[in-house]
Amino acid sequence: MTKPNERKLTIARAMAEATAQEMRLDPGVFVMGEDIAALGGVYGNTRGLLDEFGPERIRDTPISETAFIGAAVGAAQDGMRPVVELMFVDFFGVCFDAIYNLMAKNIYFSGGNLKVPMVLMTSTGGGYSDGGQHSQCLYGTFAHLPGMKVVAPSNAYDAKGLMTAALRDDSPVVYMYHKGLQGMGWLGTEPGATVHVPEESYTVEIGKAKVVREGRDVTIVSLGLGVHNALKAAKTLEGKGVSAEVVDLVSLVPLDRETIRASVAKTGRLIVVDEDYQSYGVSGEIIACVTEHDISVLKAAPKRVAFPDVPIPYARVMEQYCLPNPDKIVAAWDEMGAMQPA
Amino acid sequence: MAPTRDEQHWMYRNMVTSRRFENAIAKIYFEGKTPAFNMANGPIPGEMHLSDGQEPVAVGVCAHLNPEDVVTATHRPHHQAIAKGVDLDKMAAEIFGKASGLSGGRGGHMHLFDTDVNFACSGIIAQGMGPAVGAALSRKMQGKPGVAVAFVGEGAVNQGGWHEAMNLAAVWNLPFVCVIEDNAWGISVAKSAATAVATNDVRAAAYGIPGTRVEGNDPFAIYDAAGTAIARARNGDGPSLIEVETYRLAGHFMGDAEGYRPEGEKDGLFAKDPIPAMRARLLKEGTASEEELAAIESAAEARVDAAITFARDSADPAPEDALTAVFAA
Ligand SMILES: Cc1ncc(C[n+]2csc(CCOP(=O)(O)OP(=O)(O)O)c2C)c(N)n1
Repeated sequence: MTKPNERKLTIARAMAEATAQEMRLDPGVFVMGEDIAALGGVYGNTRGLLDEFGPERIRDTPISETAFIGAAVGAAQDGMRPVVELMFVDFFGVCFDAIYNLMAKNIYFSGGNLKVPMVLMTSTGGGYSDGGQHSQCLYGTFAHLPGMKVVAPSNAYDAKGLMTAALRDDSPVVYMYHKGLQGMGWLGTEPGATVHVPEESYTVEIGKAKVVREGRDVTIVSLGLGVHNALKAAKTLEGKGVSAEVVDLVSLVPLDRETIRASVAKTGRLIVVDEDYQSYGVSGEIIACVTEHDISVLKAAPKRVAFPDVPIPYARVMEQYCLPNPDKIVAAWDEMGAMQPA
Repeated sequence: MAPTRDEQHWMYRNMVTSRRFENAIAKIYFEGKTPAFNMANGPIPGEMHLSDGQEPVAVGVCAHLNPEDVVTATHRPHHQAIAKGVDLDKMAAEIFGKASGLSGGRGGHMHLFDTDVNFACSGIIAQGMGPAVGAALSRKMQGKPGVAVAFVGEGAVNQGGWHEAMNLAAVWNLPFVCVIEDNAWGISVAKSAATAVATNDVRAAAYGIPGTRVEGNDPFAIYDAAGTAIARARNGDGPSLIEVETYRLAGHFMGDAEGYRPEGEKDGLFAKDPIPAMRARLLKEGTASEEELAAIESAAEARVDAAITFARDSADPAPEDALTAVFAA
């Protein structure tokens, strides 16, 4: 239900609005990618931009990710502020050198003399049976490599503010938006992602996590779609008398370790929910940032609800078996053999 | 090089089978997806890329191939799979995500693998090129017969990987043919907006190999061009590049509103539908009688019906089987 004065937007529209507002202010901002002009982006996040800004600044590209992402690096170093779209994060394989050896390293290689103000937008996530080359998250893959900021909004308010912040940042920002949150009807959409978005421009700080639900007994940390699963699980847990706190990471790089540690210090228990592959990734990093800091705050061994270490299967029953969901989060709590909540 | 009468019947049969198969898939695809179109729902979830209109390319090329020859296909693989002889029951079951599917439901429509006929796909643009070139290399090194064909869309030629594989095939003189299905569109981006040359046959010059362009989506002309290229590869004379003008009668994927197409373009394409055109030609040239064509069509229909029934009636995979087959048995 939309209340009076409420301006509910999808993440797709929030991203497009932030981009348009920055394009009006800064002639250096321009967009390149596949199907981002006339089509408005496969996920709608550049819709309307071609009409307002024309083909000089809203550029459909050939299917040449290495070339146009590399070109964005060059343009960014030369005074522009390019936004590029990698349609599915899964496609990073054909262009990763431009991303992690150029975009992510040139500031450092120049001893800080260069700026690389660019945004790489890319869609993540599965759950709709698109198979193993169109359903991955790869959060950990990007966050692992130094030199690029990485953000992943869970709702339209953060999506707009993060996009504005990313466009004003002088360092490269990888902007990972989840297909299931995008508000495109054809992918099904998590309603919780479509929220009030102020019309005027604002920023959401990159590198700051948010406590989106307060609780006492357990901290559930997640990002993107996982935040909504965590909130649903928290509701179920509430029915069992368990008070769950939910932390939305918002950014993976920089990672707001303070907020995570403060929450776990309060609750004493930690569940990490990550749609990315379990091993060597976000879930391990979150647990490590707590345990290496102060293991004495933990009343139980931490748990993770993540995608098992297998390629993403196509068949619905198999994919759903692998994906995190609220029931698995509740089960993780049950398995913790937790003390009775206070 | 002209197809024999039997080959012409084979080509027509496979075109019709492919089209009937796509029609059946298209209909079933919308089950569970109306009134609200949500890709996650229905017996066939996920993206669906149909090949309606592009059948001549598949049959014109695969008419020259044996099961031992290698084909790599794209995100739009059904017509090629059918022409290469992929098991239709198992292919349909894979598309339905069933345990009896080619990959037990792990792959899906963009990842059809049939080792019996050396068929594989990749949903990443141009990434079938490397494996096809590698198969050609392997045959050459092992002294085993067989050629490798990579089918790609015209959008794929602007990938670095496409160029690298072409050059590798040429510099090592491998039994490889790249077939470009030029349907004029890469999703919403027109070929003319994406590719600096009007036709890609000229790119063959960059690799010092023969390049041919076939106009008009004509199965006979495709047969001719492919026959020359494949014979050349079999003889050890090296790779070739063929670009075929073809038409995408469907959207890029099912659910695509195709707002980017110029007004009336689709009507023009339907008027050039290659299946009625081939039918008319077979009749006109007396290569097939009305009765023979009707028999081919009803056999194709029955074959497709049987495959769809097989797929529908098959069991779902066990969910936990998702964790198996990651490494070789
Ligand atoms: C490396 C890579 N980039 C982008 C995509 C997304 N994508 C899927 S199909 C397609 C268009 C392909 O056009 P073309 O090669 O001409 O084949 P067609 O779809 O017309 O058959 C694009 C851009 C992809 N699958 N892989």
